[in-house]
Amino acid sequence: MGSSGLARLQGLFAVYKPPGLKWLHVRETVELQLLKGLNAQQPSAPEQHVRFLLGPVEGSEEKKLTLTATSVPSLTTHRLVRGPAFRNLKIGVGHRLDVQASGVLVLAVGHGRSLLTDMYDAHLTKDYTVRGLLGKATDNFCEDGQLIEKTTYDHVTRERLDRILAMIQGSHQKALVMYSNLDLKSQEAYERAVQGVIRPMNKSPMLIAGIRCLHFAPPEFLLEVQCMHETQQQLRRLVHEIGLELKTTAVCMQVRRTRDGFFGLDDALLRTQWDLHSIQDAIQTAAPRVARELRKNLSLMSGHQQQLPSAGQPWASRVQAPL
Amino acid sequence: MALLAQQLSRWFNSVKLSSFIKATQVTKHSAGLGKNASAQALLSSDTCFLQWGIKTDRALFSWSSFQSANTTRRKSSTNSTLLPSVSEQPEKIPRLESELPLEELDDLPPLSPLQPVSEEEAIQIAAYSPLPLSSSTLADYVDHSETLQKLVQLGVDLSKIEKHPDVANLLLRLNFEKDIKQILLFLKDLGLEDNQLGPFLTKNYAIFSEDLENLKTRVAYLQSKNFSKTDIACMVKNAPFLLSFSVERLDNRLGFFQKELELSVKKTRDLVVRLPRLLTGSLEPVKENMKVYRLELGFKHNEIQHMVTKIPKMLTANKRKLTETFDYVHNVMNIPHHIIVKFPQVFNTRVFKIKERHLFLAYLGKAQYDPAKPNYVSLDKFVSFPDEVFCKEIAKASVNDFEKFLKTL
Repeated sequence: MGSSGLARLQGLFAVYKPPGLKWLHVRETVELQLLKGLNAQQPSAPEQHVRFLLGPVEGSEEKKLTLTATSVPSLTTHRLVRGPAFRNLKIGVGHRLDVQASGVLVLAVGHGRSLLTDMYDAHLTKDYTVRGLLGKATDNFCEDGQLIEKTTYDHVTRERLDRILAMIQGSHQKALVMYSNLDLKSQEAYERAVQGVIRPMNKSPMLIAGIRCLHFAPPEFLLEVQCMHETQQQLRRLVHEIGLELKTTAVCMQVRRTRDGFFGLDDALLRTQWDLHSIQDAIQTAAPRVARELRKNLSLMSGHQQQLPSAGQPWASRVQAPL
Repeated sequence: MALLAQQLSRWFNSVKLSSFIKATQVTKHSAGLGKNASAQALLSSDTCFLQWGIKTDRALFSWSSFQSANTTRRKSSTNSTLLPSVSEQPEKIPRLESELPLEELDDLPPLSPLQPVSEEEAIQIAAYSPLPLSSSTLADYVDHSETLQKLVQLGVDLSKIEKHPDVANLLLRLNFEKDIKQILLFLKDLGLEDNQLGPFLTKNYAIFSEDLENLKTRVAYLQSKNFSKTDIACMVKNAPFLLSFSVERLDNRLGFFQKELELSVKKTRDLVVRLPRLLTGSLEPVKENMKVYRLELGFKHNEIQHMVTKIPKMLTANKRKLTETFDYVHNVMNIPHHIIVKFPQVFNTRVFKIKERHLFLAYLGKAQYDPAKPNYVSLDKFVSFPDEVFCKEIAKASVNDFEKFLKTL
């Protein structure tokens, strides 16, 4: 029973991390909840101990003694003697969120931790909503930092903000193509651009695939950012730089991740749902989608590697030319 | 040979008993074996007994494996078991002669290898598997100790107790009838239920080494302070170490709370009955929390009295958590002191729960905590309702909406 419960836990699932909570505490809390659920399941039948008891022979008139084999339940495997069956659980954490940030955090249990490596190698984009406040600048780009500067912001309009966001997106689009090692003049680059799967295959600085303004009500504004290889502090710095481009200053009030690869807000479990059954259901529900997405990404990577033999052919033909 | 069989049974029983009761004797015994080995004796008396034990095991095995055989096969197996001992007779005689000068032989009766063993005597020889001389867990001994078995049936969690080696040794040495039964009867007289004995003994295993007269004296002291029988049973259940403290200490604790909080005798008694851990825990956190309430949070003394009488757990709460809760409720939610005094259970609530609910109500435009204005939200209901009731009664929204809102924070 316990092992079957553990078997249904191998995989990926997403939780919603509230602001002010460390991702390490999230992992520990989830582990404790899972261990509590696994240990609460029905214990197995007790082990039997064979004892040889001395007694008279049945049905015999003679006063003769013989040994009789008897099964006696053994207390060695009793829960109160052995202790809880599950004492620790291996839980991996996907792309992390720092203390102030909130949002979707992917966790993996047991053998599912190897999928985290596949997810990392897939270089999938993540969606964030970032809330900014005009007119202030602090030393750590957060609202609670040391105030450095105060500025006016009456000249800022929605059109100016949109223009700057478009400029940012354009420059990052070029960087995206550069880091993906694609030749812009090739057919493959065209096909990938049509499918929208241009992405870097190695480490790179933060790349923004898309950025737009969702809400503008001075002094507050709300941005939606699609990015990869980011940290939350880099997003806060981005808000700061947007403020500078607008000829004013801005601080970041909130960083919230709304999607991590193929896990969205609807998949994220709230704190009240971090129990064994909810997590098992979440893992079972997400397993087919995870397998499909990772398989698709694997085919893309293998297609990318096919470029090498085709690149060799012109050189071979050129070598044949002098002959 | 019957004499030898009795000697063998006595030896095995002594091994079992020494394994349970006196670890030092077992250690000495094993040291003795080592000494014989270092002396390079060809065959010591112990080795002789061990070999005989091995043969007995073989006989038992043969006998049990052929239980269903007919009479003829039984006779043939008996003959086959007798043959090895007969063939080894010449080897034993010179060894015994060589060991005659040893002093150890004086304690043992002379061996009679020529005497045959009857079937009935052979059956009565019992061979036990040896117990480990030392172990890090009580699971190795639970099948052999009546005391441990009965404790498990009572519900005592041995896996927690065995983490303390001294306590594990104590339990192995105890005899259920002589040492434990009177304590259990005493606890039953006190008012503990059958299913409460296990958790109690898991926490306060040291009660087995307490003197029964001291326990009765402490109970008599509590009764003299007008604690009822039900109150004493409730206190002992919630604070298992209560009866392990001396009368002087209990008296000092009761006096401290009465003096510090300036409560009447009856109110002090009610306070202690509701949270008996006050009598067994350390006083430093209580003193610190009193300072926190008065100096940091700004409550008056009579306000503290009122809150503590209502929620005694406030005295032992975590200081940082207290400060954080008050900071949010007073400075962010703008609830004044005199309203917080009426609902001190807010200090028992988790901070993130208060934050989530307040932000939700503020988002809906219903965060109104002033009793004099319409749409007043009671702080008591705010913190004590479960999520479903909170959404339906106070927020007038569905649980799904609340969950969606929580994912926007």
